[in-house]
Amino acid sequence: MHETVASPLDARTQAELAAAILAIDPVGYGGAVVRAPRADIADAWVSMVRSLLAEGTPVARLPISIPDDRLLGGLDLAMTLATGRPVVERGLLARTDGGLVILPCAERASTALVARLTSVLDTQRTAPRGPFAGDPAPARVAVVALDEGDGVDECTAAALTDRLAFHLALTPEIGRESATLFSATDLAAARRVFAQVEINPARIVTLVTVAAAFGIDSLRAVAFTARVARGAAALDGRTHVSDADCQVAAALVLGPRATRLPATADDSREEEPPPPPPDSAESGTDRDENPSPAEPQALEDLMIQAMQATLPIGLTIEAPTHTARHGGSGGRSGDDRTGGLRGRQVGTRRGDPRGGGRLDLLETLRAAAPWQRLRPPIAGQEGRVLVRVRPDDFRIRRLIEPAGTTAIFVVDASGSAALHRMAEAKGAVELLLAEAYSRRDEVGLIAFRGTAAEVLLPPTRAIAAAKRALAALPGGGGTPLASAIDRAREQVIQARRTGNDTIVVFLTDARANIARDGTPGRPQAEADALTSATALRMLGSTTVLIDTSPRPSETAQRMAEAMGARYVALPRTDAQGIHAAVSAAMPRPSA
Amino acid sequence: MRIPFPFSAIVGQDEMKRAILLTAVDPTIGGVLILGHRGTAKSTAVRALPALLPPMMVVDGCRYGCDPKASAGRLCADCQTQVSAGHKLRAHKAPVPVVDLPLGATEDRVVGALDLERALTRGEKAYEPGLLARANRGYLYVDEINLLEDHLVDLLLDVAATGENVVEREGISVRHPARFVLVGSGNPEEGDLRPQLLDRFGLSVEVTTTTDLDQRVEVIKRRDAYDRDPEGFSAQWAEADTEARRHVERARKKVDTLPVPDAVLRSAAELCSAVGTDGVRGELALLRGARALAAYDGARQVTPHHLRVIAPSALRHRLRRNVLDDVGSTVRVTRAVTDLLGD
Repeated sequence: MHETVASPLDARTQAELAAAILAIDPVGYGGAVVRAPRADIADAWVSMVRSLLAEGTPVARLPISIPDDRLLGGLDLAMTLATGRPVVERGLLARTDGGLVILPCAERASTALVARLTSVLDTQRTAPRGPFAGDPAPARVAVVALDEGDGVDECTAAALTDRLAFHLALTPEIGRESATLFSATDLAAARRVFAQVEINPARIVTLVTVAAAFGIDSLRAVAFTARVARGAAALDGRTHVSDADCQVAAALVLGPRATRLPATADDSREEEPPPPPPDSAESGTDRDENPSPAEPQALEDLMIQAMQATLPIGLTIEAPTHTARHGGSGGRSGDDRTGGLRGRQVGTRRGDPRGGGRLDLLETLRAAAPWQRLRPPIAGQEGRVLVRVRPDDFRIRRLIEPAGTTAIFVVDASGSAALHRMAEAKGAVELLLAEAYSRRDEVGLIAFRGTAAEVLLPPTRAIAAAKRALAALPGGGGTPLASAIDRAREQVIQARRTGNDTIVVFLTDARANIARDGTPGRPQAEADALTSATALRMLGSTTVLIDTSPRPSETAQRMAEAMGARYVALPRTDAQGIHAAVSAAMPRPSA
Repeated sequence: MRIPFPFSAIVGQDEMKRAILLTAVDPTIGGVLILGHRGTAKSTAVRALPALLPPMMVVDGCRYGCDPKASAGRLCADCQTQVSAGHKLRAHKAPVPVVDLPLGATEDRVVGALDLERALTRGEKAYEPGLLARANRGYLYVDEINLLEDHLVDLLLDVAATGENVVEREGISVRHPARFVLVGSGNPEEGDLRPQLLDRFGLSVEVTTTTDLDQRVEVIKRRDAYDRDPEGFSAQWAEADTEARRHVERARKKVDTLPVPDAVLRSAAELCSAVGTDGVRGELALLRGARALAAYDGARQVTPHHLRVIAPSALRHRLRRNVLDDVGSTVRVTRAVTDLLGD
């Protein structure tokens, strides 16, 4: 570490700076995504922002279950029926024009809500719902997404976070909610100079370079960095961006978005991954192949130094960016399934409830409301029917049910398999278990050895139990493959009943030598296994067979073909390879 | 509402810009599908279109933006009645509409529905046009089209293909012209579009963030300049946009009469069968795209060069996906092009 390099900002300072810079021009920054271990910590930060906002700036909380007409505006049913003319109600976004929208539980927001928010962030106006709802209304808002997800894999949709300048990870230490570094007066002054703050083109080059080195592809992120640097200068009352401003911007915007660490210029095979290269320009002799002039190099180092405090954990040097999972495509994996009879409502469509759909009474009335004067009363019923509803008005609920995946691992623990790289197989299963956990998939474990297969663990979300069962798995004995396939088939049928998609992963050398009835004998055992495999194939589940024999064996390939499985030979690969092969085969539920 | 970022000021992304400009030259190419990661100027390019396109003549008071010179079959019922009665259609200049279709839009809002105001106040049944009517003769843009409900995408593609919106609902029976270019964008990682829908887009473009440092720097500089002074920035680029517009206008005049030699027709057919696209949609898109490109380039006739340039956009989304083959569609098209037409 070099002495001239300023120490990284501490957590409290980061939080305060982000709050203050956001408060200068919330709409221009898009907003922030805030991750905190407890809800009150995030609330404290929001209060800090509120105390710094210009007077009269509207702030509204947006529940993620908000219906479209409340969000974007729509027909006010009660008033419309009462007054006999269309009454349009403005949506939450239009009412918060110029202000801040707080989105709690942002990681659970539906893709539909995220899409509406991103569209509003882009166009700065809302298109009200329904054909009668009038013209688009201005809605220049900033979104503060409170991400209460519990891990890297449960996070707010990237489509949204990409459009929010600040990505904050708050810790309990940030403490009090009142700002100490800046006052409302400071902010008023900052707002006055903000538009005049300029950033030197050379500094922009450095921003872009640093972003590229850390694998940040989105140019929106880089544009935000420049804007945050300008905000930092404005807070200080300056009209030119300084190196320190760039450091602040790097820590607040670039650090949390990094997807990899830069390789050092002089030695890409650096042994110690973190920290990134903080070599300063003064030690320039070992950097002669680097054509950058000294000064930008210095700024680059300052920025990298500043980013250290905010880098996501678990970064690796030069990992290919597309596999970097941080801030992944967001939320739960897989698409939810629509059209079912269960689940959460996502909207309505015109339809006949007798066809099996569930009637949405309110929407049906809404559809019928405009027609009331046009519809002649039915003879003999004058005055008795309050609202005339025709079949055409029927609206049925569109429901979404979370489509989960059940992964069933069928592990060969027979004597022959135990010899053949059982450890790698276990390693691969562990990797898959970890991933299944992050995807909220259910995982089941079947082991087979001796005379029959055994369901060690019925499909569960308790992955820890699966890990234990796997670790304790003893090896040795015969290979009752037919029995194993039958057990797997039963599990698939059961999982289907709950509406889940299934994937079955066999880890075996497929040398069946125990028949279905438990008697030894290779020919009968193989015949039984092939019959069971064909039966499994009929279910149409995604299946992968990982051949654990030392060389790709014909038997295993034949077995894979019989069960309609993707065949992966283990010898050619390792635990990572198996993991990749299975991940690629993971079912994507169709809509 | 903010002033859109000028089209000409978008750095790089040539394939996307070309695809969009070509649909301006020849709207019958069909829709454009733009797939790519976030922050790659997808939305920016589409929202910049209105400023770029030459204004068009629109019949006064027509709710569907009819063209006064259109043949009888292409007019809406109102204009048709006027023409039949021997009236001359009066018209004015108007910008080409670029209509945003928000994900939350209901079917009613898209196709049009009962005019609520008139129904409630006067007890009249009247039709209130929806987004499709507004997009007539222009563009309909759906951001995150991969997240739009399938039945809406179906409906959009149907109307885009037939050029007519047919509304049948309790007492309302309306058909009106709805010729528009559908532009859909989305991030494929967040959900796929059904293959049947993919095939119905004329061109598709894959956009990636540029890794070229100078280009990235230029993007940020322009963005910064635009953020600070949208009006001034737009004024700076007005001339470049005007130049592009003239190009489009010239190309439009030529495109219908541009000769396509038999050899080129044959190459197009060979190319399609080599990459295995089903149906004639691919061939049509390929030929129309190549012709529009030739017109835009000011060429005297369509040449294999134009096929080569347009082939990836016209064909890549029509290939059958092979699960075991990791080779991307673009590579497969490029290979076939090299095999058949040389480098």
